[in-house]
Amino acid sequence: MQLIIFYVFAAVLLFAGAMVVSSRNPVHAAMFLVLAFFNGAALWLLAEAEFLGVALVLVYVGAVMVLFLFVVMMLDINVSSMRQGFARYLPIGIAVAAVMVLEMILVLGSDQINVVAATAGGETAVGSNIRAIGSVLYTVYLYPFELAAMILLLAIIAAILLTHRRRGGTKHQDPTAQAKVRAEDRVRLVQMQAVQRRQPSNNEAGAKE
Amino acid sequence: MSFMPDFALAAPEIWVAAMICIVLVADLFVPGKNSATSYYLTLLTLAVAAWLTIDAQWGAEAMTFSDMYIADSLGVVLKVAIYGLAALAFVYSRDSLIRNKLMMGEFFVLGLFAVLGMMVLSSANSLLTIYVGLEMFSLAMYALVAFNRNSGTSAEAALKYFVLGALSSGILLYGMSMVYGGTGSLDLGEIAAVAAADGDNILLLFGLAFLIVGVAFKFGAVPFHMWIPDVYQGAPTPVTLYLGTAPKVASVALFMRLIGDGLGAFADQWQTMLIVLVILSLAVGNIAALVQTNFKRLLAYSTVSHVGFILLGLMAGTEEGYAAGLFYAVTYGITAAGAFAMVMLLQRDGHEIGDISDLRGLFQRHGWSALVLLLLMFSMTGIPGTVGFYAKLLVIQAAVNVGHIWLAALAIVFSVIGGFYYLKVLKVAFFDKPEGELEMVAPGGYRAVLAGNGLAVLLLGLFPQALIAVCMAALA
Repeated sequence: MQLIIFYVFAAVLLFAGAMVVSSRNPVHAAMFLVLAFFNGAALWLLAEAEFLGVALVLVYVGAVMVLFLFVVMMLDINVSSMRQGFARYLPIGIAVAAVMVLEMILVLGSDQINVVAATAGGETAVGSNIRAIGSVLYTVYLYPFELAAMILLLAIIAAILLTHRRRGGTKHQDPTAQAKVRAEDRVRLVQMQAVQRRQPSNNEAGAKE
Repeated sequence: MSFMPDFALAAPEIWVAAMICIVLVADLFVPGKNSATSYYLTLLTLAVAAWLTIDAQWGAEAMTFSDMYIADSLGVVLKVAIYGLAALAFVYSRDSLIRNKLMMGEFFVLGLFAVLGMMVLSSANSLLTIYVGLEMFSLAMYALVAFNRNSGTSAEAALKYFVLGALSSGILLYGMSMVYGGTGSLDLGEIAAVAAADGDNILLLFGLAFLIVGVAFKFGAVPFHMWIPDVYQGAPTPVTLYLGTAPKVASVALFMRLIGDGLGAFADQWQTMLIVLVILSLAVGNIAALVQTNFKRLLAYSTVSHVGFILLGLMAGTEEGYAAGLFYAVTYGITAAGAFAMVMLLQRDGHEIGDISDLRGLFQRHGWSALVLLLLMFSMTGIPGTVGFYAKLLVIQAAVNVGHIWLAALAIVFSVIGGFYYLKVLKVAFFDKPEGELEMVAPGGYRAVLAGNGLAVLLLGLFPQALIAVCMAALA
């Protein structure tokens, strides 16, 4: 049963991956990438690596791909010019792909590197691996975790510093001023004489002419 | 196992992190001209951090945060040197930033972030902490180099620095991943234990090569120095001053923690790699500096050659060698700060000093500043009486004591070659005819600090024992 589920998700994943590189419309390509991410997440769930599956959906589908779609839509990429020279670069592309496949086979097939692989995924002492990560994130890894938070703060400050400019002529609201405003500031009461009907004098009549 | 870490041990880091947030908010809400509040708060932060560091960590040998943070004398010396050099950079920066209308509170916030990153690096006892500290410090520096948004050269320098810096971080991380794969641990103590037990672990050796490349990149050693001249020339001078001083000490920290502590057992292998770096740095740095006409670019190439000397000390792999490298980095930082401050002190015909020839007639116009320049250049050459002499002496002594006599001889030959361009600067400043308008634009306080800086180079040169003793004690 598990095997069948695996093959279904893997087949959809491969199909989506192929469509990402072959579809003509960049928005469609991005949507296929989302599909690929969802299937990848499902495969991770099958391998009992729930944290990676959840993170993939939250981070990549939820944040990165949305940004990606924004960029694709805003830049209005000319697809036909990107397609030029497809046949010319095909041999190099195939060669690179072949080298990568060969390298993967070598890595997976070798017994040179005995990295502790047993602890990745699967049952751990405390149950699910989300629980395992949760139990060490704020305890054993508290220091690097907090420092990573400082790095994010730094990145925000640096990004705003380098891109934010005060433009002239923009209209903005000042809530403090809005809240503080009094009736006297807005409405000016002017003391006026009640309207009187009067006879036009000779002078005014002369000016009109 | 108790998970409650000893927060008090890491008080300096916590203090600086908290003050970063306070400076950030204070800059926004406290009224005042030219971010004066941020400036004084920043200096206060560094002073208190120095007191906290010395008080809590000098002579200690303790770890906290699941052994990811180590507090020891070495960390104290590194951190206090970093505070001092950073404070010097901030003091020098203020006037130039105001003059060029670049004064924003974010300069100090980013500067403090870089300090925090370097502190984390100095106290790291885990590959993870080393990397996080390095990234924090690098990110802050990238942003600082691009600080002047209206300058094209500044943006170009920042982009080059960012791309090459990211690449070097990637290489370093790749090396770390192999070390982790080979030892199964991120803890430097455990890595050292595995390295000592398994002397020819091919995976560790492979990782070591990448680590050395990453460290050499951060130092700016040849052949990984390509970013140095462009970044030094393109960045705003206050940022160049900062970049050229404290980060050298941080690079020493990176080397001592990562290579010295972690992979000290592989000394035979990394010594060979470092010898290549030393020879190339000395040769390329000194020879390329001979043909420079731009003063900041000349100082950039001179930095490369000084990095060669620092690495020569570290190469020895002994306590004496580490202490010599540390001493060299600290004293070079003091000297280089003065040299870059010289650039900001003067203006020729209304613009900052660019070419060396802009200094002509300095002695006739402003005698005392020419004398300060004399002291700084003498120190960089390594003439006795200035601190540069002792720095070079200790480094060469350490190299001779481990049997690298020919390398020491080579270093002396190259420092003689290097003497030529330092003396060329002095010749222009002292003997060329004064012409045009050469005015001092910096206010009195700035001049006083610069004079003190020159005096410090002289006094440390006459009485170096105290600083040497501190550096030795840090390694003991």
